[in-house]
Amino acid sequence: MTDKFIFWLIWFVISLAAAPILPGIINKVKAFFAGRKGPSVFQLYYDLVKLLRKESIVSTTSGGVLFFAPAVILATLIGAALFLPFGGQHSPLGFTGDIILFFYLLGTSRVAMIFGALDTGSSFEGMGSSREAHFAALAEAAIFAIIAFLVLLTGRCGTEMLSFTGFSGSMYATSLLLCAGAFFVVLLVENCRVPADDPDTHLELTMIHEAMVLDYAGPDLAAILYAGALKLWLFVSFFVMLLMPAGEWSFLEYSSVFTAGIVLTTVIVGCAESCMARYRFLKVPQMLTGALCTALLAVFFLVFFEGVVR
Amino acid sequence: MNLNIEIVMAFFLLSCLMLTACSRMLHCIRIVVLQGLLLGVLPLLLAEHIHTEQYVAAALNIIIKAAALPVLLYLAMKKADVKRELEPLVSYPVSLLVVLCGIAGAFMLSAHLSLPESSSNSLRLVLPVSFSVVFTGLFIVMARKKAITQAIGFLTFENGIALFGTGMMLECGLAVELGILLDVFVLVFVMGIAVMRINRAFEHIDSDKLVLLGETSGGNEK
Repeated sequence: MTDKFIFWLIWFVISLAAAPILPGIINKVKAFFAGRKGPSVFQLYYDLVKLLRKESIVSTTSGGVLFFAPAVILATLIGAALFLPFGGQHSPLGFTGDIILFFYLLGTSRVAMIFGALDTGSSFEGMGSSREAHFAALAEAAIFAIIAFLVLLTGRCGTEMLSFTGFSGSMYATSLLLCAGAFFVVLLVENCRVPADDPDTHLELTMIHEAMVLDYAGPDLAAILYAGALKLWLFVSFFVMLLMPAGEWSFLEYSSVFTAGIVLTTVIVGCAESCMARYRFLKVPQMLTGALCTALLAVFFLVFFEGVVR
Repeated sequence: MNLNIEIVMAFFLLSCLMLTACSRMLHCIRIVVLQGLLLGVLPLLLAEHIHTEQYVAAALNIIIKAAALPVLLYLAMKKADVKRELEPLVSYPVSLLVVLCGIAGAFMLSAHLSLPESSSNSLRLVLPVSFSVVFTGLFIVMARKKAITQAIGFLTFENGIALFGTGMMLECGLAVELGILLDVFVLVFVMGIAVMRINRAFEHIDSDKLVLLGETSGGNEK
């Protein structure tokens, strides 16, 4: 039990505990823009407690996958969280190439969600699944371009690479910003935020994520909601870690900067959500192709201009 | 210093991607304005000692490329009443990928070029980007149907050449550039008039066709 491990563990536990705050912050920002007071930042906690006290109802047409899906989703997301270098320390489970495992665990949670949705037999959920799978496939291209960039930049192949990047006005600042921009687009699409999807609506034509979780009730729905918040937390922390300058941080410094980064990123997501309209579905692939192009531009900049490839 | 130039170059490349991806002409024109501004700023960043020449180049670039030409394009757009390019010859995501390949090619090409010994470090930054911008401009001219979008593509193409000129920092670069600028100015002017004329001449035919379609398919679509 070294200090480093304790740092990591503390931040891992905080992450699991504090994840439901992020949707609350986004909703608060949106309410602020709309001139309303908005629900409390802790609203999702109340919802979770309420849902946990209810009974879970499984549709009679389901073949059983619906029953397992929430558990799989939650387990894979928490599993993915185990690999992030929280607290600026390498994850104790980390190994070379674990960043691929990280993104594929997120992918597995998505597959579980899609199977769960298809299992209900509702055409509505099938529609949502189809959209989700379509956009996720495109987002993956951008994600791998970003990973390629990170590998070139740091010369490392694990998630620990995140603690070696950082925006500090150094040589690779431009390409890192391009890469962060691409990742931000991926963050919005993967977490079903505006402009890719609108988490507020329940209209059939505009939903992706919401359409897939219609048949869950009680504790199952709580698991899904919590998993959504955790996924957002994972992406936001990834984004913050990407931009946080590398260096020797004391625990207190790191924690304050990291927290500020997370809150700031979430507020930016909220602002983007308040100021933009949701794109047409045809536009979302274009947006993701744009993210892929931006990430590859970052790679070009790194290779040809900055020459800091290790 | 290098970092500033790099950021300008990044914006230039991003503007190319945005230009290939956006279908609204107003956005396209805004991106052209952005490119004009970037071109205007660049000589000030590149030069080691800023003389009057740099200020003149910057001011002229900004006035003509970021104000005059976009206004002309905007007027042409208004007169012709086209707001967006609905059916490009090459779809938007595919265009993006093509332009990306072009950019990759430009970077590789300029990595293999043997530059003169005397050339500055900044040229290495500007060269691939100018090739990419030229490629994007040409591609837009080829892949879009509307005359205004083609004019925008041509402007981008010219921006690429101007970028190259600025990067080279030739002895009498300003004179050469002014010549090109005049050419482009006249061309956009002529194009604007042509677009208006074409639109005026063909408007009736088009709308007649739409009415005929409407009778059979109850066309409420446009």
